[in-house]
Amino acid sequence: MRTVDPGDCFETWRAAARRLLQEAVPPAEVIWEGNALPCLFEELAAYKVNADKLVVPAAFMDLAKSVACHADPDRWALLYRILWRIARGGERSLIEISSDPEIAKARRMEKGVRREIHKMHAFVRFRKVGEDDEGRERFVAWFEPDHFIVEAGTPFFVKRFANMDWSIFTPKGCAHWIGSVLKFSPGCAADPCEDPDQMEDIWRVYYRSIFNPARLKLKMMQTEMPKRYWKNLPEADLIDSLITESRERVDGMLAETPRAVRPILKNAYLEKLRNLPEVAEGE
Amino acid sequence: MDLANKLAILADAAKYDASCASSGANKRDSRDGKGVGSAGGSGICHSYTPDGRCISLLKILLTNRCIYDCHYCINRRSSNVRRTAFTAEEAVTLTLDFYKRNYIEGLFLSSGIVRSADHTMEQVVQVARTLREQHDFRGYIHLKTIPEASPELIEQAARYADRISINLELPTQTSLDRLAPEKNLARTQQAMGRIKLKLDEAHDRRKNGDRKLRHATGQSTQVIVGADDSTDADFLARSDVLYGTYRMRRVYYSAFSPIPEPSVVLPVKAAPLVREHRLYQADWLMRNYGFRTSEILPPETPNLDLRIDPKLAWALRNRQDFPLDVQTATREQLVRVPGLGLRNVDRLITIRRHTRVRLEDLARLRVSLPKVRPFLITADHHPARYILESDRLIDRFLPKPVQLDLFDDADR
Ligand code: SF4
Repeated sequence: MRTVDPGDCFETWRAAARRLLQEAVPPAEVIWEGNALPCLFEELAAYKVNADKLVVPAAFMDLAKSVACHADPDRWALLYRILWRIARGGERSLIEISSDPEIAKARRMEKGVRREIHKMHAFVRFRKVGEDDEGRERFVAWFEPDHFIVEAGTPFFVKRFANMDWSIFTPKGCAHWIGSVLKFSPGCAADPCEDPDQMEDIWRVYYRSIFNPARLKLKMMQTEMPKRYWKNLPEADLIDSLITESRERVDGMLAETPRAVRPILKNAYLEKLRNLPEVAEGE
Repeated sequence: MDLANKLAILADAAKYDASCASSGANKRDSRDGKGVGSAGGSGICHSYTPDGRCISLLKILLTNRCIYDCHYCINRRSSNVRRTAFTAEEAVTLTLDFYKRNYIEGLFLSSGIVRSADHTMEQVVQVARTLREQHDFRGYIHLKTIPEASPELIEQAARYADRISINLELPTQTSLDRLAPEKNLARTQQAMGRIKLKLDEAHDRRKNGDRKLRHATGQSTQVIVGADDSTDADFLARSDVLYGTYRMRRVYYSAFSPIPEPSVVLPVKAAPLVREHRLYQADWLMRNYGFRTSEILPPETPNLDLRIDPKLAWALRNRQDFPLDVQTATREQLVRVPGLGLRNVDRLITIRRHTRVRLEDLARLRVSLPKVRPFLITADHHPARYILESDRLIDRFLPKPVQLDLFDDADR
């Protein structure tokens, strides 16, 4: 029995998996753990020399890269089992069989990871903390992802906010874009800068006003914006009161006396509008 | 009035407009620019309100003053709502402040009609121009336009925006005459036609190498469902024209919603949310599944069944086409099986090259077995003919009757 610990690092897993495969160690004889510290890239160079004699489909590598970001400690073992079946088990097309139990499981994990990257793009809320001498603004955000997605999710912010400085802090790694240089640092246990941003109040005014109390669809809201994200969304603490008040607001509208129609104003434009020539439909 | 109060009024004034997607822009980002912003691909929903709607754009009216009198609308001239207006500068700053905090994908700007269509359009365009030219804003902009505005102004709007739209609101002129007397269906479609030509032109120019060209990539529109007595067939027929002739990206169906300032002409009632949902499903089937309008709504049933989705309703009317063998049926046939979506059909077509598909395969693809079972043959399942022919087949798909007051809050 061998024990391998890639931590949360895909490259380490890949190097280890390649070696095990070359030595024909079957999945049942490997114990995969996930406790090691972040990637040790230096060590990897050694493995890259005799690389790529084992050709695996590109689709597997894509899948594996995503699954690697998943928080499930079983992911490394699952990936190795799939890799083994493809490379040693004669199941060359396995990756195409989305209904195979192991592929289905990996695809579900991939979906979870993709979805969380998407939610990171959606729910990171920057707070402004200052400006430098040249007027370049600095922002910070605190986000709590379930999976290890900070690196994969960051390029989006670089593209969108290239001309601001910002840091995104999370328990699973932090990203910093300062002076147009991107750096990653280990995660932190709690939000390091808790000052609120005054703009959050204006944002809450918007959230409250754009909500239509006459159409409650709570399930829809919660599927798309799961509760676990709420604690870092400044607008989320309005949700309960908006729901509670909605019934009364709608009843009020239904009980309202209908307003009479006001006569047409004297307005040159409305006058002109009435005298416009007919346009045939489809013209 | 301070900014927060203005925002409260002008966001409230804009919330009945559902047509606020933020997808399909030309790909770009801020790395070679001075400002913020990126776009392209599908838009992001940055939040959801308890009405289940996504907040993607800052959706506001520039002003809620309006000389028109559309009876479904809170801003009509006969309404007693408080009136206000943003200055262009306020709208610009608010957009940038929200954008930099990652609250939004961009701006969806509309306006009540003040003085004239052209005057109003100019104000709206001014905001977009300032965002693009002074602030190098590269996020998404959606501008609502007015059919009677001059074509030059509409084209200017299209140059700053990613999406432009004109709301049709109601599917027939008769309904417009009664409920939105200043609006005209033929003029609206005429303006849509002109916009389409410009969009096509811009598309060709980009294709022929003008990568720098800044221009909207699509138009969309909204219709209000349940304010008049138009049938679902009326709506879908209108949508057919809109997709076919004017190449709309999307037609949005918005359930007529109670407003705090109801009109004598149009008494308020609860919003027909299920109907809205079914229309979206039907629209989706027409655009992506190869269904014709007449298949979804044959002449004898002008309205969608509210109890079941339109694909299932079609299948129940066309049982002679089933059961289909998942191993041999064509893609076109499989996408018509209730419970099978496009993605899963594609997966199944790949899978069946390597293996005999069984029910457990479907289950692992998260296909609802109760739904597909009567219609599909798999390696280990052949539906009984009598089930498919039974008058009570539909009962299998209806939700179990519930005690209503007990489950009144089921959604929570
Ligand atoms: S034109 Fe009609 S729909 Fe638009 S704001 Fe005025 S009253 Fe409302």
